[in-house]
Amino acid sequence: MANTPIDEIVKEFLVESYENLDMLDRAMVELEKDPRHKASLDNVFRTIHTVKGTCGFLAFSRLEKLAHSGENLLSRIREGMLPLTSARTSGLLSMVDAIRHALATIEATGLEPQEDYAAIIQQLVLLTDPNASATAPEIVATTPVLVPMAAPAEVAPAPAESTADFAASLLPLPVAPALENVAPPVAPPPVAPPSAPITPAVDDSQPPLATQNPADAAMPKHSAVSDSTIRVDVSLLDKLMNLVGELVLARNQVLQFTTQYLDTSFLATSQRLNLITTELQGSVMKTRMQPIENIWGKLPRVVRDLATTCKKEVRIEMAGKETELDKTIIEAIKDPLTHIVRNSVDHGIESPEVRVQRGKPAEGCLKMRAYHEGGQVNIEIADDGGGIDSERVKQKAVQRGLITAEHAARMSDHEALHLIFLPGFSTAEKITNLSGRGVGMDVVKTNIEKIGGTVDLQSQFGEGTTLKIKIPLTLAIIPALIVTSGGDRFAIPQVSLLELVHLEAEQARQQIEFIHGVPVYRLRGQLLPLVFINRELKLDDQTVNAAASESLNIVILQADGNPFGLVVDEINDTEEIVVKPLGKQLKGVTCFAGATIMGDGRVALILDVMGLAQRASVVTEERDRSHGESSAHARKTADTRQTLLLFEVGAGSRMAIPLSVVARLEEFPQSSVEHSGGQEVIRYRGQILPLIRVSKYVLTTEGAPPGKDEPMQVVVYSEHGRSVGLVVGQIKDIVQEAITVKRHALGNGIFGSVVIQDRVTDLLDVKAVIRRADPSFYPAKDADLAAA
Amino acid sequence: MTDCKQFCTFFLNGLFFGVEVLKVQEVIRYQEMTRVPIAPAMIQGLINLRGQIVTAIDLRCRFEMPPRPEGQLPMNVVVRSDDGAVSLLVDEIGDVLEVPDNAYERNPETLNAVARELIRGVYKLKERLLLILDTEQAVSLPAAFNRPAPKGN
Repeated sequence: MANTPIDEIVKEFLVESYENLDMLDRAMVELEKDPRHKASLDNVFRTIHTVKGTCGFLAFSRLEKLAHSGENLLSRIREGMLPLTSARTSGLLSMVDAIRHALATIEATGLEPQEDYAAIIQQLVLLTDPNASATAPEIVATTPVLVPMAAPAEVAPAPAESTADFAASLLPLPVAPALENVAPPVAPPPVAPPSAPITPAVDDSQPPLATQNPADAAMPKHSAVSDSTIRVDVSLLDKLMNLVGELVLARNQVLQFTTQYLDTSFLATSQRLNLITTELQGSVMKTRMQPIENIWGKLPRVVRDLATTCKKEVRIEMAGKETELDKTIIEAIKDPLTHIVRNSVDHGIESPEVRVQRGKPAEGCLKMRAYHEGGQVNIEIADDGGGIDSERVKQKAVQRGLITAEHAARMSDHEALHLIFLPGFSTAEKITNLSGRGVGMDVVKTNIEKIGGTVDLQSQFGEGTTLKIKIPLTLAIIPALIVTSGGDRFAIPQVSLLELVHLEAEQARQQIEFIHGVPVYRLRGQLLPLVFINRELKLDDQTVNAAASESLNIVILQADGNPFGLVVDEINDTEEIVVKPLGKQLKGVTCFAGATIMGDGRVALILDVMGLAQRASVVTEERDRSHGESSAHARKTADTRQTLLLFEVGAGSRMAIPLSVVARLEEFPQSSVEHSGGQEVIRYRGQILPLIRVSKYVLTTEGAPPGKDEPMQVVVYSEHGRSVGLVVGQIKDIVQEAITVKRHALGNGIFGSVVIQDRVTDLLDVKAVIRRADPSFYPAKDADLAAA
Repeated sequence: MTDCKQFCTFFLNGLFFGVEVLKVQEVIRYQEMTRVPIAPAMIQGLINLRGQIVTAIDLRCRFEMPPRPEGQLPMNVVVRSDDGAVSLLVDEIGDVLEVPDNAYERNPETLNAVARELIRGVYKLKERLLLILDTEQAVSLPAAFNRPAPKGN
């Protein structure tokens, strides 16, 4: 039976066993916490027993033997004859792993693996000995090593096991009686087999168990559950989902007709159709929904094993297990989640000694939280471990050649943290079999982004790390905002939508400003880059030109944490749309995520906000706009505030100049610098722009000289029709602040210091710097005045 | 004496083309379509074919032929491809023809590169030549397009 490549019975056995094993993992870890928890123990026992029984029935003798030795141990524990120690749990778990491995082999080949699992079986047998258990060394579950022990009587089984396959079927027999008579504490079971009669194991071992099993009471409930559920092929559900999608579209079309007809019975009917369709859609969606527990359930085991291996103590706390997600999404986040959790335990949480030293409880805590919010599911994974040292991250990134040294020096902490998402990044000092190979977080990020999710990382060095994942509920039907531009309709997924702004012509003229031809809008004091959809998609150039004279509709979107305003002709409505993929011919066009059919039967494209932002160059890796922070500031401070441009010079010293003296912000490649009269200049808009490296004229900690490939950040300063370019390290932000100078006159070129965004920032005396660098810049009279 | 094959025929810029009947899902009149901005030129738009979104490819454009005269609406030949249904926009639809295998001949070497890529071979009919379209090639972007559309212009 087992020899034919997987027939129905085997398949069912596999599905059932996998499920049981998953349950087992959970029960085991629970059991370790509370060894006297009868229900869990019964559960574990029953599962192993079922596996054993079915194996015997399907003639997977090696697997049966393995399960049997586990069952042996469990029955002792269950009868209270043996305490459940950590070593025993590990032993049992390694058995579970072996079974799982065997199942995988059966699934692939239809045959059970050749291995006879002697090592694990012997280990289990040893663990069944109550005397040995007191001295039993810790056995790590993931690496089941045979531990030789000083218990001569129990070493005997080894030859019995290695004898022949059929011996396996003999093994169970002596044990079944042992189960019934509780009295003999350690009937050395495996020694007996050779003399036992040869009868199929199942026949004998099962009946006694079934009759005296105290767990039987729970059985009816269990079977009741399985009676009320059926297994359905996922592809059938997918088809159902597609059909419902079609129905939703047809419904939308019918509803549009209702506005044209006054026939009341037609109206009533379509109203009913509407309701039923909505309900049907909800129900079908539900069939594909699964609680996140399905993947979380495996994590306690992962954490336990990992913690044991790393010699750490980790507690896992979960909230929102019942949060439901679409099956496809569950599948997609399974691996990333496991990876994140592994990382947290391996890299995040410190060893107990270090934790105690740092004044934390020895046991680390991994908190996982899932909840619905705004049509999305948020998952947070927080550990109270060592946090991420942004400096070390930078160092590593430089060492691995991912960024240059001076790029690292100019990086903000938040940016540095995101370096761990770069391919090939790892801070692990040594490569373990668990993590540290440098493949990981980048895969996590790409996988999450593939399903339209985002990952954010926050870390307080010494305090812990929190990873936040936002993912859509489902991929098939999404709420979207419909906009019209250039005569075409586009759907924008609601997920990336922040807010809508309508500007009347007058406001538009005043509030849309241009930085070197780039339109920006001040949204509550924060500069928001504007993207004209008509121009980006080459629809129709009218709106761009009319920007100053007509009212504007701005859809404020978020791409990778960067807000930007998308200017569209018209904002229509929000609608539930069915996402349909685009053909392969359109794969190269990154601005569209798919297409959908609107109520009138026409096709509308779904904008890919991320792709659009990339196309419009809104998303650059470099800028930390600190949106929330500065807008919060803007609300707090009064109107006496000044708008300042923040930048960095050298290694980490922040400087500010009033935005009013800034003509433009530019980026030049290093290669375009030329020399004229001993001065660095650059050709700029048909003129020669002298360059001043600010770091040379103010006292700062010297950063590394910029690399050849790094573009220079240049602040263009204009006065009296002449311009000069100030080369700064990195443009940070534009903020509105009420300035209170805290410290005066630090030295040449600096007015004083202020606190901006909770950081000390020097106010640059632009004129003084220019005068020192290029005395001829100011006409003689002006220079005198300025000096006076 | 020889086997025959059935072809669905159509006209394109005066040339007579055929697609194996089994590859054709249906032939429909001109449909309203939604253009796809910044897509390669041969992609004319997206059609709603009974709830299925089908990409429409202008065969004239694919063949680098001059555009269709003003006012002449193309017809849709919806073909099955590896990637689902794709609509080919053609000038005019012909009959379904049964042609004998022995009328087949390979492309002459003198065909230009695009034509060689898209035409599998020729059937010599009495009054004209029937060119057999390689639909898989026709629905794929020319090699030069097989990377993301360049940024900006």
